[in-house]
Amino acid sequence: MKKKHMSKNTKTVLILLVIAVLIAVVPLFARKGASFGGSDDAGSVMVEEVRGASYEPWSTPVLENLLGGELPGEVESLIFCVQTGIGVGIIAFCMGRLVERKKWMKKYEKEQEETEEDGGIARDHAGDR
Amino acid sequence: MTNKSMAHREKLLVALAGVFALSLAAAPEANAMHIMEGYLPGGFCIAWGVLCLPFVLAGFFSIRRTVQENRKALILLAMSGAFIFVISSLKIPSVTGSCSHMTGTGLGAILFGPSCVSILGVIVLLFQAILLAHGGLTTLGANTFSMAIAGPFLAWGLYALLSRLRVNRRVSIFLAAALGDLFTYCVTSLQLALAYPSQQGGVAASALKFLGVFAPTQVPLAVIEGILTVVIVIALESYAQPELKLIGYYREVK
Repeated sequence: MKKKHMSKNTKTVLILLVIAVLIAVVPLFARKGASFGGSDDAGSVMVEEVRGASYEPWSTPVLENLLGGELPGEVESLIFCVQTGIGVGIIAFCMGRLVERKKWMKKYEKEQEETEEDGGIARDHAGDR
Repeated sequence: MTNKSMAHREKLLVALAGVFALSLAAAPEANAMHIMEGYLPGGFCIAWGVLCLPFVLAGFFSIRRTVQENRKALILLAMSGAFIFVISSLKIPSVTGSCSHMTGTGLGAILFGPSCVSILGVIVLLFQAILLAHGGLTTLGANTFSMAIAGPFLAWGLYALLSRLRVNRRVSIFLAAALGDLFTYCVTSLQLALAYPSQQGGVAASALKFLGVFAPTQVPLAVIEGILTVVIVIALESYAQPELKLIGYYREVK
């Protein structure tokens, strides 16, 4: 019965992940010509629109100051990947530990039960002798 | 003795954070998921930063309590933080033809309460502000408030409310995470509107305009965030039950 419960969970997870991927991918096909820029940039355009004048940011990002220009796009994606990597690494490591622990705990409980049974049997045998 | 030295180190950290926050307020800069670097007037940067301080401090104490009382739960804290890292690094295309990313703060808020998440959120915001020129150091206060305080608080409150109403737990988690994400962007719009009131119509009109930019892009992403949060909670429920019990995750459901 427990197994059945698990597979129901697995099914839910799979369905949810498929939906999530679909939501993310569909716009790419639905809006073929779109540039898919960042909405933060759209936000800064809106600042100019609301003010009715162009806006000069009064401060530039630290890294851009150091580099004397914008971070190259490829490098930016690298750093985004590093961020994802750090997160995924931690989650994967922890999940790995937890999954193994559950297996180990199950095994331990089973062994515990078995040794109890074995003990009973051994005592019976001792009585026979 | 270890306890003493730890308390000392924590005090030092809090003090450092305070100094850091002050120096930030003094040396104006700005962030983007965020509000971009340099896009918020100095006064607003300072005001939002100061507003964040109590929450961030509460977060420090909350995390310290978790560390002291049940170290075993740290694995969940690490995973909540990592979840924010992953989720907020994924730029996802949306129906409006522009990209945005999610916050991922719902999970931590549901598991540990909102103040804890403020610390996790600040870490992510700093990472993005310094290395990615995404958001900024001057707008750190404002962005912290929207992403690491307002959003998580809504998520946590909503989750508590829904579980009291005995709504299905997964549905509550989904709603809490999704609306928390959406609320983050509403607050961002409001922050921008306060700084840049529209010439005709003032703050409200301006807020609507900014919402018009962020909201349609964010709605589908909020749904994705809700889904992913539910997925990871399912994973935790099946593999980390002892830890979840420790932090009182099952307490609210009677």
